Amino acid sequence: MYLNQFLFLAAFLFCVGVYGVLARKNGVLVLMSVELILNAVNINLVAFGAFHGTVTGQVFALFVIAIAAAEVGVGLAIVLLIYRNRRSIDLTEADLLKG
Amino acid sequence: MIVQNVIFGAIAGAMGLAALRVVTTKNIVHAALYLVVVLAGVAAIYILLAAEFTAAVQVLVYIGAILVLFLFGIMLTRAPIGRTSNLDNDQRGVAVIVALFLLGVMGAVLQDAFGSTKLPEDAAVQRTAEVGTSIFQTYVIPFEVVSVLLLAALVGAVVIARRD
Repeated sequence: MYLNQFLFLAAFLFCVGVYGVLARKNGVLVLMSVELILNAVNINLVAFGAFHGTVTGQVFALFVIAIAAAEVGVGLAIVLLIYRNRRSIDLTEADLLKG
Repeated sequence: MIVQNVIFGAIAGAMGLAALRVVTTKNIVHAALYLVVVLAGVAAIYILLAAEFTAAVQVLVYIGAILVLFLFGIMLTRAPIGRTSNLDNDQRGVAVIVALFLLGVMGAVLQDAFGSTKLPEDAAVQRTAEVGTSIFQTYVIPFEVVSVLLLAALVGAVVIARRD
């Protein structure tokens, strides 16, 4: 197996995630796209770990998984708060910082 | 190693299609379910790379916990369960261009850097004991930092989402 096939798969997932973050306006769907991006990075970490024959890549992938769990927890709490205050999680309407 | 390549192709194809559906489907619950396919595919890729413990953690944490959180999020924000036409904003064209540009740049760089690099054929399975030793010896400080971070994030989530 080539190393590249894993890296290309990860790059594809990353770009799909970037598209999702930019094009979705539902807060929960944006968080799902962020998960796609984090998983793409994890594939890269584990692939390079297997390439070098060390467990370091896996260890960092585990750290990323733990941080992703924290991120989803806080992110969904924020989305929930936006919903409670504005009755909608349309992120294009959350533009209070716009001048 | 033709078998591995066939399996990789099947998994990667399913993951790619499911990932595209996650960001294009009109039904928000379907997006969550397609995300399951992608996450399970990532776990299968880990097994293909002989990283069994990471694959198990992926299934437990992502499919077991994070996805349930997403479903709760969908439920609590009373998102439309059926088909809706307004899940995308008006930046789709720009988003497609940005994503394709990024894919092109990364593909060119990867092809240039690792064009013919092969994974070691006789890669030994990374035993879980080695992963544990690495976490609790070499990376024990990052591990502790991550545990404090998780605690802070969970307390923060409760504080943010609490009604008062």
